[in-house]
Order: sequence, then C-alpha cells, then structure tokens
Amino acid sequence: MFKRIDSNQNINLNTHTVDIIFEGQTLPVPAGISVAAALLFVDAGFNRESAISGSPRSSYCMMGVCFECLVEIDGKLSQRGCQTEVLQGMSINRQVLTLKAGF
Amino acid sequence: MESEFETLVIGGGLVGASVAMGIASKGRSVAVLDGGDSDFRASRGNFGLTWVQGKGAENPAYARLNIFGAGLWPSFSEELEGATGVPIGYRKPGGLEFCLTEQEWIDRSEEMRLVSHHTDGEFTYEMLDHDEVKKRVPLISDSVLGASYSPHDGHLNPLYLLRALQQNMISLGCRYLPNQKVASVIRDQDGFKLHTKDRQFFADRIVLCCGLDNSRLAQQLGMHIPVEPVRGQLLVTERVAPFLSMPSLQVRQTCEGTLQIGDSHEHTDLDDGTSLSMITKIASRAVKIFPHLENVHLNRAWGALRIMTPDGLPVYHQSEQYPGAFAVSCHSGVTLSVVHAGMVADWICGSEPHHLINAFSADRFNV
Repeated sequence: MFKRIDSNQNINLNTHTVDIIFEGQTLPVPAGISVAAALLFVDAGFNRESAISGSPRSSYCMMGVCFECLVEIDGKLSQRGCQTEVLQGMSINRQVLTLKAGF
Repeated sequence: MESEFETLVIGGGLVGASVAMGIASKGRSVAVLDGGDSDFRASRGNFGLTWVQGKGAENPAYARLNIFGAGLWPSFSEELEGATGVPIGYRKPGGLEFCLTEQEWIDRSEEMRLVSHHTDGEFTYEMLDHDEVKKRVPLISDSVLGASYSPHDGHLNPLYLLRALQQNMISLGCRYLPNQKVASVIRDQDGFKLHTKDRQFFADRIVLCCGLDNSRLAQQLGMHIPVEPVRGQLLVTERVAPFLSMPSLQVRQTCEGTLQIGDSHEHTDLDDGTSLSMITKIASRAVKIFPHLENVHLNRAWGALRIMTPDGLPVYHQSEQYPGAFAVSCHSGVTLSVVHAGMVADWICGSEPHHLINAFSADRFNV
C-alpha cells in the first residue's frame, strides 16, 4: 500500500541510519523516520494483533489518528509508531493481545 | 412549512425520541422540536446501562417500573434493530456491583433484599463472595470482597440507541425539527402556542421532554417540575482484550473492546466539563478493582449533566390547569426508554395512565 517516493537504493545505509531491534532482530533503518515508516521499510508485515479478533494489523493513516500502528516501544505498550521517531538501539515489538502482553 | 400538529414533543433526546416514536407508531400526528447541538445533552453522555439492581430500594413503585422496563428490553431491542438496521449492541449478561468493604456488602445486601421484596420476588439476585466473583470475572483484585449480581441488568451503545430511536420515529411519520429551542409556550382557546427563535407552532398536546429545561417551560404552564443538574464524568480507554463479561455501575467493556469507566456525582451547576482530580479518582477506583488496567491508556473523557429530581425518581405529570400539557423527566433514559415508547405514549394519546407510572405525578413536590 505504501511506497517510498524515492527508491531504497538512493538511501545510503552507511551514513544516515540507526539500528532498531525489531522482535529481537537488529535492523538498520534510515535515521529521522517514524517507527511506523521503519516497520514498512523493513517489511515487518504487521505491527500488532487486534485486541478483540486477534487479526493482524498494520499502519494505516500515518498521521496519529487511526491507532492501527500501535506497537510496544522500549517496553511501553500501545505506542503510536507513526508519532515516534526511530532512535539508535530502540527496541520495538509487535503488540499481541494487549492484556496478555502486559500482564 | 407545517406548524400544526396534534402533539408536539419538546426535546429529541432519549426521552423525547422514545415518547415521539411511541406516539408516531399509533399513526398519530406528532413532531419533535429539538434544541441545538451545543445545548446540554444528557443523552450524548450516557453510560449505556439498562439497570435494575438497587433501583427503587426506597421506592416500591420505582422498583416495579424498572423491572417491568428491563423485562421488555430484549424484544424492544430486537424490534428497534429490525426496523432501523442500527446495531445498538444490546446485551443482557446480568450486572455486577462490586463491594470493597464489609459495610458496602451489608448495605448492598439490604438494598437487593428490598428491591426483591418490593417486586414480590420478581427481582432475583445473588450476593457473591470473592471466589464466586472471580469465577465470573477472573481479573478482579484481592480487595474485591464480593459483589451483588442480578440477571436483569444489561448494556448497550447509547449513541446508537439514540440514533435508532430518532430514525424510527421519523420513519413512522414523526417530523423532526432541530434548532428549535422553545422560548415560550402559552395556552389559549385554540390550544398550545409555542414560540422558537424564528417560528411559531400550534398543538393540542405538548410533552416536555427537554431535560434540564423542563423546569423553565413547566413553569410557563403552571407546573412545578424541579430538576437540577448532577454531573457525571466518563472515561474511555483504548481497546483491550475482552475480560469483563458483565457491566457494573463503574466499569463496562463495550463490544468494541474499549472500557467505559464512570459513576461520579458532582454538583457543579451547569458546568459539564471534566476535571483532572475526578478523572484520577474514577481511574483509581477502576484500578483498585482491576489492577491490570494500570497501564491501559485513556483515549477520552467527558462530562455530562444528569437530570435529577429532588427524590431521584422520574416525573410523569399532566397539568391540571392545562390538560394536554405533559412533562416527563428522568435520569434513566436508557432503561426507561421502552416504558416511554409504550405506556407513557399511550397515556399521552389519551389512555388512562398505567398504574406503574401513576405514582410519579409532580404533585409530590407541592408540599
């Protein structure tokens, strides 16, 4: 659904990147982008499972409104990926059934 | 533009829409004069319970009215959804009221016993100890001593209910006229004459269902309907995995997974805002019952003004001075909606008042 306007080849992954840890895996992503954009960049597939149906969900509005991009960031649940900038060493996990994940 | 109707209902919230729907369903000529979007709207701040337990412990007639209404809800909801296609989300799993102290348990037990007594045993309930509550709702904290349970309670989406009632009343032939706050009403030899900012209306009968404004208009017709605002604040959380199968007065989980948390009572005159101190208090109480909610995010909070009579009971009143002028006031617009669309509408259309509503004349305030 989302495509970069420029192509991935144009990004110099050696100079302007940070490493995020997504589901335990260290992945370089462009610095300055949002977590939601980074998860699209690395082809994460889905960010979370719906709390009710358990169906996999991914980012949608990318502007802080729809809450579809919720992920666990550095241990904090229900963070909007599209409103959070990636940082070096940031740990990001998929959010799976809010209550069970938290408790 | 049409301005003459047999019956004019003043107010298009849960109460007015229910009454108007009931009148329209008999094929009678009826219109609703509603206020504006920015007026006080208790119906848009409602918690969404169809609630029986504890209601009327001190007033047998109220206990009987509530259990009668709750009994009709399953078929009422089915008919309304069938007629409108609006999914009001009514469910009747029964309701819980949590007790955190010994005293709450004793008081609750007595309330429940009284309601059962007043309804000749029609109201059934159980007092559940901690372990029994935990079987039904496993995530309660150790500080929950127990709970009262009644199978008569249920819940629904109050905004969808309002929409369904309004949609159905219109499709049954009722005219809906928004932004027509009634400035004055008089009775002359031809009937009732009402003025709004820019229009005039005429009717043989009028029904005041306009919440906090009922006192003002009632006075113009020689009726004394004392109502005052009691603010409730409500919180809504993000969606969480289903864990609460039954509603309580404080917390309920909607079918979408969000939690509504509330049950505050404040006298703040006409301030329908929110306050951080009350939001904190409401949230803390919920966390005391369900500790796992501590890290759940709140999405929204709002305040709304209940319409409260001095004795907390509804008003079903016809003016003695001007027969044909009726007033309906209550703070349980959801539970009693079915009564308002049924026996209250019958009474307004000319039937003798059903004995269940006969006890709620406003004459009780003239002492």
